[in-house]
Amino acid sequence: MIQAEHLTKRYGFTTAIQDVSFEVRKGEILGFLGPNGAGKTTTMRILAGFFPATEGRAIVAGFDVFEKPLEVKKRVGYMPEHPPLYEEMSVDAYLRFVATIKGVDRDKIDSRLGDVKARCGLAEEGSRLIKHLSKGYKQRVGLAQALIHEPEVLILDEPTIGLDPKQIIEVRELIRGLAGDHTVILSTHILPEVSMTCERVIIINNGKIVVMDTPENLTSQLSGGERIELDIVGPVENLPALLREIPQVKNVSLGEPQNARQPVLVETEGSADVRHLIARKVIESGLDLYRLSTQTMTLEEIFVKLTTEEETQEEETE
Amino acid sequence: MRNYLAIVTKELRTLFVSPIAYVVLAVFFAITGYFFYIILGNVIEFVMQRAFQSQQFGAAPPPFDAPAAVIRGFFGILSTILLFLIPMITMGIFAEEKKRGTIELLFTSPLTHLQLILGKFTALILFLLVMLVPTIVNSILLYLLSEPAPRLVTMLVGYLGAFLLGGALLAVGVFISSLTENQIVAAVLTFGTFLILWVIDATAGTGSTITNETIRYLSILNHYEDFTKGVLDSQHVIFYLSFIFLGLFLTSVSLDSGKWRG
Ligand SMILES: Nc1ncnc2c1ncn2[C@@H]1O[C@H](COP(=O)(O)OP(=O)(O)O)[C@@H](O)[C@H]1O
Ligand SMILES: [Mg+2]
Repeated sequence: MIQAEHLTKRYGFTTAIQDVSFEVRKGEILGFLGPNGAGKTTTMRILAGFFPATEGRAIVAGFDVFEKPLEVKKRVGYMPEHPPLYEEMSVDAYLRFVATIKGVDRDKIDSRLGDVKARCGLAEEGSRLIKHLSKGYKQRVGLAQALIHEPEVLILDEPTIGLDPKQIIEVRELIRGLAGDHTVILSTHILPEVSMTCERVIIINNGKIVVMDTPENLTSQLSGGERIELDIVGPVENLPALLREIPQVKNVSLGEPQNARQPVLVETEGSADVRHLIARKVIESGLDLYRLSTQTMTLEEIFVKLTTEEETQEEETE
Repeated sequence: MRNYLAIVTKELRTLFVSPIAYVVLAVFFAITGYFFYIILGNVIEFVMQRAFQSQQFGAAPPPFDAPAAVIRGFFGILSTILLFLIPMITMGIFAEEKKRGTIELLFTSPLTHLQLILGKFTALILFLLVMLVPTIVNSILLYLLSEPAPRLVTMLVGYLGAFLLGGALLAVGVFISSLTENQIVAAVLTFGTFLILWVIDATAGTGSTITNETIRYLSILNHYEDFTKGVLDSQHVIFYLSFIFLGLFLTSVSLDSGKWRG
């Protein structure tokens, strides 16, 4: 549904994105994750036909964005980072205008208006002026605007930015509800957002794609192991050496004892689950095991790891 | 066509909800009304003086077309007022879309640049008509009360001139507004450009070299004068139409270049 091939965009001497290639299948939700200035907005603007790429090409909804921009624009709903609103219009007047320029049939405009307003929680706000709406509601109007012409593809640039936690949850649910009918690509610099809403994630940094995978795979693939926390009662001096006898165990560290319980952190490598082996070792050495739990690496940590690794690599090559 | 009309409607709505439009209209009507009154007074005084003088010297005064003098003075003033007010109504036409980010909506909608530019320009032309049409009241008064009555064609040609001049100024304003996202910058640049186009013939030497002729040709004012005299010359009409075309064409180039898109 979306195919980006070797997209590069330069602004004068600065390269905003470089050789960005990816694909989004029909009905999929793809998350575009990266810190500020990574090139998310630039990529999305190219896909939405706002400006052309310096190099490379993009096929969206079956048409080349640069050769057949009008065909693409009819089929794409785009919500920019800042909702593009005419503040002095009422919600209805605004959505009507957008519907018209997006090519919605005249006799379908009313039903489309009702539909997107209901979907975006704006049913009661039709006659209010946009400038009198709260930030959260403006964001909803921005989303309604992107949905008005029932686009096959939705491009949402940081759809939850600047919202309060309750509104964020609402918008995320709304987006999840769009999957299936629509192909969605959304950007964010907030990690939990992708794991909550997206089926696949692209991490972009400094204008280049760093990784592309499902949130689950990313977690396991990049952590390459687990962190297991134990609570032990008894003398633990020999335990680290014993646990290291298990081949997958990479590192064992002892924490500060609390209420006679000794926390132990075991880090493993590879994908094999060795929790039963660890438990057996502890019991065999005559200690009491009070707790054993895994601590998977969060995307947040991966992200920090990825971006820092990326930077150190660049420093090395320079 | 539907897209074009949608843009025209939206643009008119934007113009008429902003206080700027009403301030511009109010200032325009006040000044044109005031000057019409002053000019009328001056011409009447002048005619009386002449009548008085010719009585004293016992000779018939040389013929003087008083209504035509009023019309000429009035359209002269009208052009000056347009020069000041048009930057106010064109300054935001693209600059505001960029500043507010709504240009992202327009550029990612299935609209052509032609529909967008012509739609906006049409709305501005309609606004210009809203400015010009009520001043017809002055002309009607003149027509009804003046003896002899002014020639109707003189007035119509005057209005055509004001309309064409206004259109050319609007096209320049649209182009300049497409260059920046700051409407104050757009207004200042537009006004500066108008002034240059206005006084440019003062920089031309007296000789009839090619440069001088070109400079004189570019002077927006030179082309306007004939209209105020009630003389319709296709050369001037073509000048203004080309000016409009050039302004809109440059706007399209400016939108295409997309250098500013950030
Ligand atoms: N109009 C512009 N002119 C120059 N550089 C720009 C412009 N827009 C964006 N950039 C640069 O391109 C890079 C990517 O920006 P952007 O796509 O907005 O990132 P993101 O959306 O991920 O925060 C940044 O380094 C930014 O400074
Ligand atoms: Mg951005």
